[in-house]
Amino acid sequence: MEFLIQQLINGLTVGSIYALVALGYTMVYGVLRLINFAHGELFMLGAYMGFTLIVSFGLSSLIPNILIAIIVMFILTMGLVAVAGVATERIAYRPLREVGRLPAVVSALGVSIFIQNAVMLTYGTNYQVFPEGLIPSLGWTVFGAHITLMRVVVLFVSFALLAALYWFIQRTTIGTAIRAIAVDHRTARLMGIDVNAIIALVFVIGPALGGTAGLMVAMTYNQLNFTMGWQYGLKAFTAAILGGIGNIPGAMLGGILLGIVEALAASYMAAGWQNAISFLILILILTVRPTGILGERVAEKL
Amino acid sequence: MQLLKIEDVTKTFGGVVAVKDVSFGVDKGEIVGLIGANGAGKTTLFNLITGIYLPDKGAILLAGEGLVGLSPHEITARGVARTFQTIRLFGNLSVLENAMAGQHCRTNAGVLGSLLRLPSQRREEERILAVSQQYLELTSLWSKRDELANNLAYGDQRRLEIARALATKPKLLVLDEPAAGLNDVETAELMQLISTIRDMGITVLLIEHDMKVVMKISDRIVVLDNGAKIAEGTPEQVQADDRVIQAYLGGEDVIEI
Amino acid sequence: MRTEIGSRAQRLWQTHPGLGTAINAAAGVLLLLFPLFASRYWTSVANYFGLYLLLGLSLNIIVGYAGLFQLGHAAFFAVGAYTTAILNTTLDIPVLWLLPVSGLVTAVVAYAFTRPIIHLRGDYLCIVTIGVGEIVRIALLQNVFGLTGGPNGIFGIDRPSLFGFRIYQQSQYYYLILLFVVLTIVGSYRLQRSRIGRAWTCIREDDIAAEAMGINVTYYKTLSFVLGGAVAGMVGTLYAGWITVISPSSFDFWESVVMFCIVILGGAGSVPGIVLGTVGMVLLPEIFRQLADYRMLVFGAAMVIMMIFRPQGLLPSRTWGRALQRPGDDREVPAVAASED
Repeated sequence: MEFLIQQLINGLTVGSIYALVALGYTMVYGVLRLINFAHGELFMLGAYMGFTLIVSFGLSSLIPNILIAIIVMFILTMGLVAVAGVATERIAYRPLREVGRLPAVVSALGVSIFIQNAVMLTYGTNYQVFPEGLIPSLGWTVFGAHITLMRVVVLFVSFALLAALYWFIQRTTIGTAIRAIAVDHRTARLMGIDVNAIIALVFVIGPALGGTAGLMVAMTYNQLNFTMGWQYGLKAFTAAILGGIGNIPGAMLGGILLGIVEALAASYMAAGWQNAISFLILILILTVRPTGILGERVAEKL
Repeated sequence: MQLLKIEDVTKTFGGVVAVKDVSFGVDKGEIVGLIGANGAGKTTLFNLITGIYLPDKGAILLAGEGLVGLSPHEITARGVARTFQTIRLFGNLSVLENAMAGQHCRTNAGVLGSLLRLPSQRREEERILAVSQQYLELTSLWSKRDELANNLAYGDQRRLEIARALATKPKLLVLDEPAAGLNDVETAELMQLISTIRDMGITVLLIEHDMKVVMKISDRIVVLDNGAKIAEGTPEQVQADDRVIQAYLGGEDVIEI
Repeated sequence: MRTEIGSRAQRLWQTHPGLGTAINAAAGVLLLLFPLFASRYWTSVANYFGLYLLLGLSLNIIVGYAGLFQLGHAAFFAVGAYTTAILNTTLDIPVLWLLPVSGLVTAVVAYAFTRPIIHLRGDYLCIVTIGVGEIVRIALLQNVFGLTGGPNGIFGIDRPSLFGFRIYQQSQYYYLILLFVVLTIVGSYRLQRSRIGRAWTCIREDDIAAEAMGINVTYYKTLSFVLGGAVAGMVGTLYAGWITVISPSSFDFWESVVMFCIVILGGAGSVPGIVLGTVGMVLLPEIFRQLADYRMLVFGAAMVIMMIFRPQGLLPSRTWGRALQRPGDDREVPAVAASED
């Protein structure tokens, strides 16, 4: 029983990470009908930005109060990744909006390859060690399961961000504008919505969330590598599909569900097969229930 | 002999009943017109006949054989060909290639035949070309055979869609608003063409809003309103029917034919 | 790259009809004599090029002809290679006999994986193919059924032999691969110009209209995967016999990306386009080996740049060229280099 609770906690933690990243995929898909392959790399970029701030710029020594230092690190990371996201949209996606789906997909792949290799060339192929101790290594035993302060932070930050985004999308004018564009670009434009600006905003929010997730992963496991975007990216995408692509609450639900399923499955199979789980779920969902749990149709109707 | 039989066909989308218990028949060699206001369910009915939608209930029979549950390409192979309300040509292909596409379901060269260029395959290719030429000449498009479908004038595009459908050698030709957007000259040519098609032994079912066309060319007319059939009969009978006048032809206005 | 270069080449072709044949003949002679004057190193490069060209041609059937996004093609390549490796090392079956066997096994696997997902819309099919590719790779890595040797793979694969004549030198391999390339190119052209090729083109243009015109869209989409997969599987056999050691790392996602780029950047649907694509993706990096580390970086940037300035690829087939022309391009001139479609 304790084992189950432990797995659930692990699953919830990983799941909330997936949820954060999945949001980026789902929001971009919603407004552009584009699968942003590069999104996973922005996640990875978040980890590396935070890493650089701490290690190369010595942020933690510049700012005496550790809590403020961490908050600054997060904010700066979010900002930097958001800039990268907006730049990606401007350079690689906007020119292709009218041209077609395939060029956009290829371009997204190209950006993904480019960012991944740029990071690899700058930081090397080895795993980097993310400094420990930023978040004190405290831990508690709850219902027989072990949970660290880091995990609590991850859960707290993730859920706070998810809640904030949900509120933003549902309750603010801009959030409604985003939802409007997701339904129909042209009509939205006719209603006076600045489509380009809103799309740019989506590329600020999504990458910011994804980058934060990346940073938290690096902090939790104390390591980062240029391939982490690929790993997490595809899984987060599966989560988005699971919840229903284009559907924001769906992405949150899908992420958490996937995290829990993975954690439970991991206890029953060899580590290597674990990664295949999400792909299997992906294929299963798309063949059996393409709508996802909450979302839109992706199969052709004939 | 009844070629097409629609029996109590119903189709609902979410809460909306698009087609409700519609029944009628089309005899071989007839030209039947399907009219009704926008949203009356005409194109939905066409999509049901051609297999794009599955009816919730009811039967659709072609020469006595059920069509419900067959996929669209199977229905085409059985002998029902259609044109689309918004033209759906293969835009980046030439006129000739569009027509040849229609012949696909009447031919059967497979991978082996194509890879080895067997004599049977080569003969079949010649036949495809001949049939395509026949229908392109019929629709006065043979001289434009190498032009891109996208570059054709609108009226030519409509005719090409018909030529392509004819190339499938159908028993029943289903035309969705073939006269839409055509000027008077083109409309007259279209009516001539449909008449010729009927003379070739092909049965025609068409949706049209242009009352001049429908009343003149149809042997019988079926009227839909809000998904249900409200009248059926010869053009004269339908024109005089009160319900039809109320719902569609409009109060006191009498259409001059 | 605007269409001026293309139209000048067009006019040259038209005014000098013998030119095409002469060039083809010269190229043919050069290809046949190549191993005689090239070093062993460059012959092996040519073989490497030939294998990728074959993979590109096989993927072209799926992506170029049927218009389906396939980003897991390395999986088919792997299935063929591993089938050969396993059957050869455990049952001593000669490698060349395993060519049709690998092709068949891969065809069956392709059918099994594809049939359930073939109705999916473009970019979703794309993602699923990535997933399938990864699942295959993970299975190979995990030594599924105890047959695949895990991360170390399988070694000690025989060289192919033809009537007792063992093919082991690069120059000998060259002719085997050249033969395959010729056969595949001829086969590609024949498919393209056949009823099947036309069905694929119609499906690419408008699959609902295609279905309405009597074309069994599901069948033809699946067929493209089965054929493309079968060829890739056979290339796997050639590869296994050439390199005698195979491991999962040769069949990862990036290999699929390279193959995909060969087709899309070179020019989907056209054989000359695929050749050019292979030159760009395989030959150039080989020539500029000092810059190897930057290879992928350049690829990534090239993909984005190509899509912005020439989304149809360098030498696309006629219909691909038209479909993806940038809105401002001159629509009168036929796409560059009159590739058949």
